[in-house]
Amino acid sequence: MVTAFFSLVGRDLRLAARGGIGSLVVVVFFFIAVALFPLGIGPESALLERVAPGVLWVCALLATMLSLGRMFEEDYEDGSLEVIALGPLPLELVVLAKVLAHWLTTGLPLIIAAPVLAVLLNMSSKGFAVLMISLLLGTPILSLVGSVGAALTVGLRRGGVLISLLVLPLYVPVLIFAVGAVEGAIFGFGERAHLLILAGGFFASLALTPWASAAALKMALE
Amino acid sequence: MNGGATSFEARELACIRGERPVFRAVSFALTPGGALTLRGPNGSGKSSLLRILAGFLKPAGGMVAWNGEDMREAPEAHRARCHYVGHLEAVKPTLTVAEHLAFWAAAKGFAKPADNILSPLDLEDLADVPGRFLSAGQKRRLTLTRLLATPAELWLLDEPSITLDDRSAARLEKVLADHRTGGGMAIIATHAEIALPNAQTIDMAGHGIAADALAGAAAQATGEPDYGEW
Repeated sequence: MVTAFFSLVGRDLRLAARGGIGSLVVVVFFFIAVALFPLGIGPESALLERVAPGVLWVCALLATMLSLGRMFEEDYEDGSLEVIALGPLPLELVVLAKVLAHWLTTGLPLIIAAPVLAVLLNMSSKGFAVLMISLLLGTPILSLVGSVGAALTVGLRRGGVLISLLVLPLYVPVLIFAVGAVEGAIFGFGERAHLLILAGGFFASLALTPWASAAALKMALE
Repeated sequence: MNGGATSFEARELACIRGERPVFRAVSFALTPGGALTLRGPNGSGKSSLLRILAGFLKPAGGMVAWNGEDMREAPEAHRARCHYVGHLEAVKPTLTVAEHLAFWAAAKGFAKPADNILSPLDLEDLADVPGRFLSAGQKRRLTLTRLLATPAELWLLDEPSITLDDRSAARLEKVLADHRTGGGMAIIATHAEIALPNAQTIDMAGHGIAADALAGAAAQATGEPDYGEW
């Protein structure tokens, strides 16, 4: 079972590494979307500083959304999902392996790119550490919750739009508490409560979403 | 393989796909070394039957059993015992032949694929070739080699010889014969002629449901339909 789990993660990472530009799309989108804001609202540094946490998080959320469609779609279309489903690994763990690979190829690069973009937006240095922690806790939630949307729309043509409709409302709490934490750190009214709620959200989605995604995949396999 | 007297059987299977009854009253029993050929026109339910036997699809009635024990009681054991090769090749463009086999073995829980599995279907020269450079027939041979990568008693094959040339089809027959000699079982849906000595045959056309008898016929024919948990 351990072999099956890590071989699935390893294969997904290898596919992403060999997928060329396709796997960089998320980070590139993140960079471009964030860079558009100074152009759109003007180079006034006080204004940018004020909106930086929100802009960074909204763009991270949209960038993650962009990659969700691929989570199960290819494996479903080429039949790999049937092969994986007939292995010893329960579908719930298959989902967790796919989510882990998804996070390593999207969430992690976003976290690495975030400080650079925070500088670009003139974000206060008091918020940097908390921004990183909030991304570290928040992006796995995005991947986990997104897996439910990806599994529900697997096999549907143009499922991408539908995923956004299904998943974006569920991302709202992550956005609120993550941005709340960063602003709490910057303006000095504390970030602890927000981060604890984010951590709670992470563990709740870790425990619950694999079941929902696995049920959706089971239906898709019929 | 487990050895011993393993038997795989289906009792009175019925299938409904999207409110349309596909087949009913399909029963058979296989013992080690046994084979079953599914025949019938397009849409007669050959693929649906194989998907039921693999455990992907719930039957509307009847049951599938190992040694008389319902496979729903032990889904993990069932999955470990069978290989399913459908119409899709599961070949990734960027992975090589050897990497595919390594992954498929790992996905079945084995540390590495069995030795010398490239020769039976003539893939020796292609081990390092990525999937995107394989022809349709080569992809098919790679997919079928998955059967050899890890041991499983029961092979469920849906049109296995499609896109294979005559020589490869003959190699496939040899692979199937070896599998059965080793105590394996095979259930094959096919339109082509695949030599399977002493195989049972089910003509799915004989299990269809006449259009005028559609209303409630599937339920009556199979007695109590089983809508329980799969």
